[in-house]
Amino acid sequence: MTAAFAIAAAILLPLAGAASIVLTGRSPNLRESVTLLTAVALAVIVGTLLPEVMDGGRPALNVATLLPGVSIAFTVEPLGMLFAMLASVLWIVNSIYSFGYMRANAEKHQTRFYVCFAIAIAATMGIAFAGNLLTLFLFYEMLTLSTYPLVSHKGDTTTVASARVYLGILLATSIGLLLPAMVWTYTATGTLQFEPGGIIEGHLQGPAVGLLLALFVFGIGKAAVMPVHRWLPAAMVAPTPVSALLHAVAVVKAGVFTVTKVILYVFGIDLLTAEPSSGWLLYMAGFTILAASIVALRQQNLKRMLAYSTIGQLSYVVLAAAVLTPLSEIGAAVHIVAHAFGKITLFFAAGAIYTASKKTELSQLAGIGARMPWTMAAFTIGALSMIGVPPTGGFVSKWFILAGAFQTDNYVALFTIILSTALNAAYFLPVVFAAWFGREAPGQKPHGEAPFPVVLALSLTALATLGFFFFNQPVLDLERQLVESLP
Amino acid sequence: MNLEGQLPALQIVVPLVIAPLVVLLRDAGLAWAAACVTSVMCLAVAVLQASGVLGGEVASYQMGGWPAPFGIELRVDAFSALILLVITGASTLSLLGGRASLAADIADSRQPLFYAAWLIALAGLSGIAVTGDAFNVFVFMEISSLATYILIAAGPDRRALTAVFKYLIMGTIGATFYLIGVGLVYMMTGTLNFADMEARIAEVSDQRPILVAAGFITIGLALKAAVFPLHVWLPNAYTHAPNIVTAFVAACSTKVALYVLLRFDFFVFQGNLEDHLIQFAGFMIPLALLGIVVGSAVAVVETDLKRMLAYSSVAQIGYILLGASFASVTGLMASITHMFNHALAKGALFLAVAAIGMRLSHLTLDGISGIARVMPWTMAGLAVAGASLVGIPGTAGFVSKWLLLQAAMEHGAIGFAAAAVVVLSSLAAVVYIWRIIERAWFGTPEAAESVVGVQEAPWPLLAVLWIAAAANIYFGLVPAVPLDLAASSADELLRHLP
Repeated sequence: MTAAFAIAAAILLPLAGAASIVLTGRSPNLRESVTLLTAVALAVIVGTLLPEVMDGGRPALNVATLLPGVSIAFTVEPLGMLFAMLASVLWIVNSIYSFGYMRANAEKHQTRFYVCFAIAIAATMGIAFAGNLLTLFLFYEMLTLSTYPLVSHKGDTTTVASARVYLGILLATSIGLLLPAMVWTYTATGTLQFEPGGIIEGHLQGPAVGLLLALFVFGIGKAAVMPVHRWLPAAMVAPTPVSALLHAVAVVKAGVFTVTKVILYVFGIDLLTAEPSSGWLLYMAGFTILAASIVALRQQNLKRMLAYSTIGQLSYVVLAAAVLTPLSEIGAAVHIVAHAFGKITLFFAAGAIYTASKKTELSQLAGIGARMPWTMAAFTIGALSMIGVPPTGGFVSKWFILAGAFQTDNYVALFTIILSTALNAAYFLPVVFAAWFGREAPGQKPHGEAPFPVVLALSLTALATLGFFFFNQPVLDLERQLVESLP
Repeated sequence: MNLEGQLPALQIVVPLVIAPLVVLLRDAGLAWAAACVTSVMCLAVAVLQASGVLGGEVASYQMGGWPAPFGIELRVDAFSALILLVITGASTLSLLGGRASLAADIADSRQPLFYAAWLIALAGLSGIAVTGDAFNVFVFMEISSLATYILIAAGPDRRALTAVFKYLIMGTIGATFYLIGVGLVYMMTGTLNFADMEARIAEVSDQRPILVAAGFITIGLALKAAVFPLHVWLPNAYTHAPNIVTAFVAACSTKVALYVLLRFDFFVFQGNLEDHLIQFAGFMIPLALLGIVVGSAVAVVETDLKRMLAYSSVAQIGYILLGASFASVTGLMASITHMFNHALAKGALFLAVAAIGMRLSHLTLDGISGIARVMPWTMAGLAVAGASLVGIPGTAGFVSKWLLLQAAMEHGAIGFAAAAVVVLSSLAAVVYIWRIIERAWFGTPEAAESVVGVQEAPWPLLAVLWIAAAANIYFGLVPAVPLDLAASSADELLRHLP
């Protein structure tokens, strides 16, 4: 199998899967087998690209050239490879989880759910492998549109209102800011290609760079840098598997992935280091981290708390990218993975709690550890990873980001991360403590663990969160290529 | 002379000769078949001409063998070839798919007359595109307009008559203004041939009648093209016409008027009148921007599907005009490509509306609630065409919108403001297209006239809808043909600048 074929297959396979799911929609067992089979096949196909990229190869595929310098084309580079691997492997786990969750909660429109899910994954692959801004933009919009039915799944008035907020913010920012940013880039440079070292240098300077960066960062609403973050809490009306894979991994990571990619491949680290007008990004990301943590502190609803925690954690990636040192860029890439494992575990646990007990509020969770030991153990691991306690994945990425910040004595970043660690502990640890050692309110209906597929999925991701602390070398090797040319 | 040399003439003569023969056919089905065959032949002629033009030749045909400044010259260059493709393509697709829809709107006995009028409209519109003679343009404009009034008046309810009356009055004023302008130019130069006019007007370009002529011609054609604020005839005419007629007319009639406007202005006035470019841009850019803003804003709040799309057309005409008034290569390319791409998108949208109209009588947002469950193919086609209208990458609409934004960004401060307006209007397009899609796909039937028990549209209509939708994707991925034609049209137009 040639690399170009694998790239095309990675995008087309989930779409073919979506079509097959439509055809087999009448038989739930068949439909779910097709979903799982597609997910496994996708992970295998994405995996075949890995060795070549590890060896420094950059497989590419050009689909169509619209205008000179404007084309639909794919290039696999280390960051995108990592993102695609992450999304495709977690799709398998998430599918297993979905089967348990959707059946146990007797959700309606399950076929539509799996179809849109597969389309969203296809869009994610397109984003991961995009070789230029235009291709990225195309799949970015496809991801937004295909997740709307998932967010508005319940279909009642409040859900649809929230889903409209979701769609409105994401579409408005991308068309209103990201598209002009692209046109501006093209007018200035004559290309939209992602080039190592950037394309802007020599074409723009002064405050224009800072302004263009602002158009990009806020245009990429999926990165949820404040004030463009309101869509993420709004998206929590979706069924939990959607929040887990899409709003902890695929959609939000597509956002920070794009921001990182724009910093590395459009602006270039050298230009941003030399240009003081781009310095605002560090402060904005720092502000988002702290503000989101403080808001999370005040949340009463478990999923909303997790959503605000996600907003903060996403800005870790943006902050790490904005520190502009080799180690921090690696930290940004690693944090995409580490946070994904941790946060999907937390969402899985939240969904498991809802499935088993219909509890959604933090105050109801006292003593639940005794009834759902597996779920709460996984939850604890996820929470520790968010705080960055060893031996969890969160520690690894935080280490790299801190090391990168030390390289340039960036005290703003250091201070933000330390304070945020304290805040993360402040809102996660009381929940964990109450779950294990709190006393359950009297008159509770007895319940046990959630169905087996749900528990299996969350145990797997919790294990991955732990495992990533020990076995992160391949990821580091891959991402080191990102910064090889840098000092 | 071989057949190839006759193509410009055939473009007009074929539909014009077959039209009266169609009247003689008593059977509605036969009349439809004859009109279809004719339209397909016209499309074939247009394709042949376009391929000739792409090969680098400009076809010139002397009517009756009289040489150019004295006789009537037919002239097909890249710009005319592109417009011909739009006209004949829109006519062919609408006719092929529209048999059942038209049969529902028009009594059997009247159908032969209707199809004859259709062919005359086709001949008139094509005539405007191929002729190189200013007065000839007026004649063909009248032929096509009168025939179009008939087509629109065939609408299923009586409001079509008032709509068409308004259109008739406005259209006649527009044509008269054009005629006055041409008369003044003729008075001063003694010629009606565009090329000859260009050469001779230089001697008298400081004379007041020429300035007056420029004003009359611009305003008259702007009326025909529904440039804001002269667009008031358009929404009613589009809304109350038979659905298939709307698809045909919306795809090409205003664009033909814009074509004449650009051709006349750039060929005759731009190179010869002092500071004309500044006046043209200073006059047209504000109108284009206002049209974009107002058209989009009204479309966002409109609940009637056809009116919504009609107001969207007002905004899209603004895009075309905006690109042209930058008077740069990119701007004109954006403008001319958008004529083609908007015809694709809007034509497909109105075909989808016609498909819905086959099954429902009230084409409102409430009426189509949940209709995608029973008409999934129609609504999927509508979604593709809608994406093209919005300008999502991978569809035709994106290519021209990209060029337009690029042209605006090259134009300095005013350009940045214009780009902001275009972006805002794209957002508005997202909103109004999304309102249709949300209702259709995620809505639940609630209106009195429920969609329960409704079937998918008949297959011919569905087939042409999907051909149009596929063309939107094809020309979004492989835009070489319209771009090449637009690029050489832009060169040709700009060649006349001083």
